[in-house]
Amino acid sequence: MLSTFFAVLRRDLLLAWRGRADVLVTLAFFVIVVCLFPFGVGAEPNQLRAIAPGVLWVAALLACLLSLHRLFAQDHADGTLEQLLLSSEPAALWVAAKVLAFWLSTGLPVVAVAPGLALLLDLEQGALPVLVLSLALGTPILGLLGAVGAALTLGLRGGGMLLALLVLPLFVPVLIFGAGAIEAEMSGTGAAAHLLLLGGGLAGALALAPWACAAALRIATD
Amino acid sequence: MLEVEDLACLKGDRLLFRDLALRLQAGELLRVAGPNGVGKTSLLRLVTGLALPEAGQIRWNGTSISREREPFHRALLYLGHAPAINDLLSPLENLRFACAAAGDEVDPKACEQALVRIGLANQLDLPARVLSQGQRRRVGLARLFLSARRTLWVLDEPFTALDVKAVADLAQALSEHCAAGGMVMLTTHQDAPFAVPPRVLDVGAYAC
Repeated sequence: MLSTFFAVLRRDLLLAWRGRADVLVTLAFFVIVVCLFPFGVGAEPNQLRAIAPGVLWVAALLACLLSLHRLFAQDHADGTLEQLLLSSEPAALWVAAKVLAFWLSTGLPVVAVAPGLALLLDLEQGALPVLVLSLALGTPILGLLGAVGAALTLGLRGGGMLLALLVLPLFVPVLIFGAGAIEAEMSGTGAAAHLLLLGGGLAGALALAPWACAAALRIATD
Repeated sequence: MLEVEDLACLKGDRLLFRDLALRLQAGELLRVAGPNGVGKTSLLRLVTGLALPEAGQIRWNGTSISREREPFHRALLYLGHAPAINDLLSPLENLRFACAAAGDEVDPKACEQALVRIGLANQLDLPARVLSQGQRRRVGLARLFLSARRTLWVLDEPFTALDVKAVADLAQALSEHCAAGGMVMLTTHQDAPFAVPPRVLDVGAYAC
């Protein structure tokens, strides 16, 4: 049963590697958006430190959104999606594999470069582990929720814009607790509560989103 | 055995056909015929379970396919209009993925042999984007040689873009599958040299 999961995971990671320009564009977008803020709000370190958690999180969220529409579009166009839906394996399984591959190629690089950008914004070094942890817990939720949105808008005209309208409101709780974790750590109250909520959100999304996504994909190919 | 009863297909807000019935038994080859736009592809998609019928029943070995999807899809091979080939992968990678995704454990050697047999010996490791239309078609069709244990083959225009020899080879492979107790349902506008002339179902007769 897991052979389908690993086949999809391996293929999507291979495709991400062969089309790595797309992955780099997402990462460059993240870096550039964060770097724009000091130009806009001024290079006052206290001010930058105060907005750093929010800026990093919003930029990560937008970078994730930027590549979400690619998640199923190619497979939908070339007929691979039909073949996957005709697999005798449960659809939630390979949907989870696709989202995992998406996160490994989009979310993980963002998590990896975020500490460097945090230093640019003069975030306290003590808050860096919390930043990494909150992004590592939060970006998979973005991927899972976004996958449902991507499946629902598949094949629609102007699907990219609609996808943003659909999923951005759903990203708000993740943003609040993600950025909130770093602020809580900086203010000394500790980030445990926020991180636990993010972890709970991830567990919930992991359990529900693949099924919703599979159902939406069946509708999209009907 | 595949049974279809009282099938109706709605496309947008237009009823394409209704009261369509068919029965496919082991060893039969059925050609779905009719002019463009009459609903041949729609019928195939309904039969595979990719689309849901407006009305009617589709049963595989006596059980409705909407009730028990998995045994049906384990016995089904569907090759649609789109060949399900990713441009960035080689024919070999595409074929191995197609088999693995469908849940078949296939030996890599067997995949290579299937591609050689279908005439792609020199293109095994090229990215699929440099292949011609006919060659891409062949990559998809290579799965037929690895799917003998899937009883029901549903093929949408399998002969498109193939040269004369490839059409003859494919027709022979389909005839062999039927001779071994399989079932084939296909659409085509071409005359293919089948060993036994196929039964023809004219969708136009059920058009609304």
